[in-house]
Amino acid sequence: MNFRRLFLIATPYFWLLALFLVPFLIVFKISLSDTAIAIPPYTPTLDLSGGWASIKSFFSELDIENFIFLTEDSLYWKAYLSSLQIAGVSTLLTLIVGYPIAYGMAQSSDSWRPTLMMLVILPFWTSFLIRVYSWIGILSNEGFLNQFLQWIGLTSEPLTILNTNYAVYIGIIYTYLPFMVLPIYSALEKMDGSLIEAAEDLGCSRLSAFWLVTFPLSRPGMIAGCFLVFIPALGEFVIPSLLGGSGTLMIGKVLWEEFFNNRDWPVASAVAVVLLLILIIPIILFQRNEQKQREADQ
Amino acid sequence: MAQPGNKPVFAPWNDPSKKPLIQFKNVTKKFGEFVAIDNLTLDIYAKEFFALLGPSGCGKTTLMRMLAGFENPTSGTILLDGQDIAKVPPNKRAVNMMFQSYALFPHLSVANNIAFGLKRSPMPKQEIPARVEEMLRLVRLEQFANRKPHQISGGQRQRVALARSLAKAPKLLLLDEPLGALDAKLREDTQFELMDIQEKTGTTFVIVTHDQEEAMTVASRIAVMDHGQIIQVDTPDKIYEYPNSVYVADFIGDVNLVKGRIGASDGEKYSINWAEGQPAIKAAGPAGIAPDTECHFAIRPEKVAIAMEKPTDKPNALQGRILDIAYLGNVSTYHVELDNGIIMKAQMANNRRISRRDLTWDDHVWVSFTETAGLVLVK
Ligand SMILES: Nc1ncnc2c1ncn2[C@@H]1O[C@H](COP(=O)(O)OP(=O)(O)OP(=O)(O)O)[C@@H](O)[C@H]1O
Ligand SMILES: [Mg+2]
Repeated sequence: MNFRRLFLIATPYFWLLALFLVPFLIVFKISLSDTAIAIPPYTPTLDLSGGWASIKSFFSELDIENFIFLTEDSLYWKAYLSSLQIAGVSTLLTLIVGYPIAYGMAQSSDSWRPTLMMLVILPFWTSFLIRVYSWIGILSNEGFLNQFLQWIGLTSEPLTILNTNYAVYIGIIYTYLPFMVLPIYSALEKMDGSLIEAAEDLGCSRLSAFWLVTFPLSRPGMIAGCFLVFIPALGEFVIPSLLGGSGTLMIGKVLWEEFFNNRDWPVASAVAVVLLLILIIPIILFQRNEQKQREADQ
Repeated sequence: MAQPGNKPVFAPWNDPSKKPLIQFKNVTKKFGEFVAIDNLTLDIYAKEFFALLGPSGCGKTTLMRMLAGFENPTSGTILLDGQDIAKVPPNKRAVNMMFQSYALFPHLSVANNIAFGLKRSPMPKQEIPARVEEMLRLVRLEQFANRKPHQISGGQRQRVALARSLAKAPKLLLLDEPLGALDAKLREDTQFELMDIQEKTGTTFVIVTHDQEEAMTVASRIAVMDHGQIIQVDTPDKIYEYPNSVYVADFIGDVNLVKGRIGASDGEKYSINWAEGQPAIKAAGPAGIAPDTECHFAIRPEKVAIAMEKPTDKPNALQGRILDIAYLGNVSTYHVELDNGIIMKAQMANNRRISRRDLTWDDHVWVSFTETAGLVLVK
């Protein structure tokens, strides 16, 4: 075997192993442990100095009790379900908001496109945390939005948006919009304009040409965008804790509380492992979509 | 050429009582400052097979796109059946276009691409599959019906595009280089299919092609374009035999062009002085060219005879030396360098085997032609 080739292949695998698999195994191990008032706050810890016997006793102390606990307390599965719902709904809303933006960008003249692209990615230049904080200023009862609505006379009482699920939706849509816009834009942009002309030539109105040609051809972009929003939104922690209320139940927030408020690392790890298992399905589907797209592009 | 002799001659352009199907009236199209179509006036009649010929970038596609409704003239009007079509959107025109880039829908199968227009026509749903089948058979793609466009070859894609534009049997069909990617045999077959369809359905065809032979074969009339203008519109034989300008003569087929000045003239007969110490060329041309006008004498190579001895029966005979022989199978082209360095091509049919032919390189020969074989061109 060619050494150079082996090296080239081994490098990404090494990083994958170091950055993904090893941390996952550590988390997985913690999820099988028990809480303890110690540093680190769980037992057993692996002590290699004790030799074979201590390794054996280490493994015998691991159990799936934390996973069973997750099924017993309704908080957890409710949090999973509510996370799925919030992530799902906000992905759909992001799609609805993002598609027209991407379409507009793809329709704009060549000289405008770089500017529009810039505007879409501009928010990344400031910290995510600061941007989410600023939404508090916009959405709160005395915030800009309510002031504006009252000023134009649409409402007399301030609307309570902050600390509800609505604020979480708004936060997720705002934060993840570029991840939706960019793949859709790239699908629309590489579409041959003469296809629309051909459709019109064959009897389509503008609108039906859009539905029959543009829309199906942008589907891979939409699918990619949806996954890129859904996957991180599912485990989102910052947005629900800053914008959401006490009633907002998201698994990312539960995870945080288990880790840092309850210091129950084993249960927190179990929550994380289950979250990962839930995400594996959409991640695999996402990879499939990308693969199919690459094949079609050839 | 397109019309067999025993039928009544199809020549509506000579009949003042016939109304053209398409009328371009002083149409100009500008892209910014660039003039793509320059004050063009043109009539195309129903049931014509009209070919547009011209160098790349001369505005052929632009002309088609204006007919299909994708571009509007900057000035001038286009009439279809006597109606100004400027305000009619593409989907409301009884016109179908085959795109130079094919523009096949990548997410639809071959069959669905062909059915696309039919599904948006008044045709009853249950008749569509039969029509699609018919089109697939026509372009010989039956076994590819379920493939996607990216799973077939370039020539097959071209045929799908052709089938798609034919499927709706429109009143006017615009074909932008419909056969360019096909091999010679398939191209010839498809040309005859197209002529057949035209004969059966009475559809008017406007076809862009880079292949003169194709234009000659299929077209009722040919328009030769250059820089957004039409230089000549005529039947294929007229275009070939009576080009109105050096440009057309040079663009269509092979031609010998000799620069000279009008000498003596007698009605439509001129003698052209073309070189010191050489006999003047006697040729026919349009009446009324003033003496001493600069002109070109144009003659097709196949009208130039070549012989070892000086022919006595031809009014024009020039001496030269064979420089080169291009053997093309059925014919050979002899490049003869005349005494003053001008090269004249003469073409002879190879009705004998090579071994029996007597002319060879460096032979001193005579090229000769009759008075009416060539043309005097002043443009
Ligand atoms: N949308 C456009 N914007 C600017 N210039 C254009 C546009 N479309 C065509 N042109 C120009 O107009 C001229 C005519 O173009 P057109 O496509 O009609 O050429 P064509 O005769 O079809 O050439 P070809 O044989 O290469 O297809 C070209 O010089 C082209 O660059
Ligand atoms: Mg063209």
